[in-house]
Amino acid sequence: MALAFFMLWWGLTASKILPPFFFGEPLKVMARVGEWFIVGDIWQHLGVTLIETLLAFVIGMLLGLAVGLWLALSATASTLADPYIKAFNAMPRVILAPIFAVWFGLGIWSKVALGVTLVFFIIFFNVYHGVREVSPVVLANARMLGASRRQLLRHIYLPSATSWVFSSLHTAVGMAFVGAVVGEYLGAARGVGYLILQAEGAFDINTVFAGILVLTGCALLLDWGVTLVERRLLKWRPSHQL
Amino acid sequence: MSLALQFDKISVTFPPSNRSETPWRAVADTTLSVAEGEFVSVVGPTGCGKSTLLNVAAGLLAPSAGAVRVFGEPLTDLNRRAGYMFQADALLPWKTAAENVGFGLLLAGVPPTETAEQTRHWLAKVGLTHAADRYPHQLSGGMKKRVGMAQALIVDPKILLMDEPFSALDVQTRQLMENELLALWQNDRKSVLFITHDLEEAISLSDRVIVLSAGPDTHPIGEFPIDLPRPRDVAEIRLTPRFVELHEQIWQVLRGEVLKGYAQTTA
Repeated sequence: MALAFFMLWWGLTASKILPPFFFGEPLKVMARVGEWFIVGDIWQHLGVTLIETLLAFVIGMLLGLAVGLWLALSATASTLADPYIKAFNAMPRVILAPIFAVWFGLGIWSKVALGVTLVFFIIFFNVYHGVREVSPVVLANARMLGASRRQLLRHIYLPSATSWVFSSLHTAVGMAFVGAVVGEYLGAARGVGYLILQAEGAFDINTVFAGILVLTGCALLLDWGVTLVERRLLKWRPSHQL
Repeated sequence: MSLALQFDKISVTFPPSNRSETPWRAVADTTLSVAEGEFVSVVGPTGCGKSTLLNVAAGLLAPSAGAVRVFGEPLTDLNRRAGYMFQADALLPWKTAAENVGFGLLLAGVPPTETAEQTRHWLAKVGLTHAADRYPHQLSGGMKKRVGMAQALIVDPKILLMDEPFSALDVQTRQLMENELLALWQNDRKSVLFITHDLEEAISLSDRVIVLSAGPDTHPIGEFPIDLPRPRDVAEIRLTPRFVELHEQIWQVLRGEVLKGYAQTTA
């Protein structure tokens, strides 16, 4: 199917039905991708984007886990924080990118910050519900077997929350990646988003597409990695639930 | 013989869920007791409040009136001397069968080597050594119940509270489990409070059967000592004349309540 699409793309642009200036030419796009990887200057940009993604993901996840657990287990904190969480979530956070650039500079941290705001809410809501949805029978059983509050947290709430987090892992990693690239796009000195931005400035549509291809490839790789981790850590789940 | 569990004029009232309803008194003025080493079954129509009584005995629910005593001492918080076998699936889904069985010991701080040994011992006792590393979703209903039994018994509770533990199983597995329970109980006579709506099960297993009235305001309306000899096989004991006699006696009392209970649900 991908091949058919490429053929169609090449056919349409080579015969000038679709102007190549706007739609690019697949052969030239592939040539650019090849050039990047062979000459090797893609690596530092890719590395930057991936580091930003990883940091955004880890920090967002830890924060989401901590706040989610705290609010799910404390009724008062939850009622107090609820309207603020809702407000923050409703805000289109991508708008914050330039603000973060001002606060954190053009280095990686402004991109990480954007990614964190995107990842945090996904993880937070999943943890919150994961804790709230713990089966009361399992809870009562653990209490009858003598579990203290801390043991309940460790053996019941945390595993339940983590399984919910994993079910949203693909989205969360995707979001971290988006945060990194969009952050770069809106102001950076390195990274694949930056490369795309530069190419757009020069009206080099082929490079833009090349950048998009590379990003898509990375996103697929990340997704695959998540699936591997998921399979290992969620083997206690019946498979149709994954 | 001392009393393991004592209910003295227990009432449990649930507040209404919205303003138009009146409070629901599930249990009214109930006095019953379980002697040490005695196997007592409580039977009653569906929805009469049997589980409520059990939760009070476990300390999961506080009574609105009356006192609960455990081995003579008043019960304030969770009943630490009791083990509970639930009707629904209560195993931790993210732990293996072995980890579930050893869970109580882990919580009590028992060293890992001893926990492992006890776990092996109990898994063997309930015939699940081959399934030790499986997760609950990989176990059949009967196997899950057996893990549940081992899980409850490994911490050696003095009192065993059982809420229709076998009602979700098919008849054959149920009889196997009932026999297994008796075998385990025979060696180490705990005080048991067993809830069921199955009169045959109650008579086969117990030393005494208590009949509850239909809800609301459930209370005991009959007590029947079961003088069948032990050890018993649940499949065979049902065919003996004395069993049939007892069954008839108790069913006379229970039947009226069951019909009352149905009249309420269909009204």
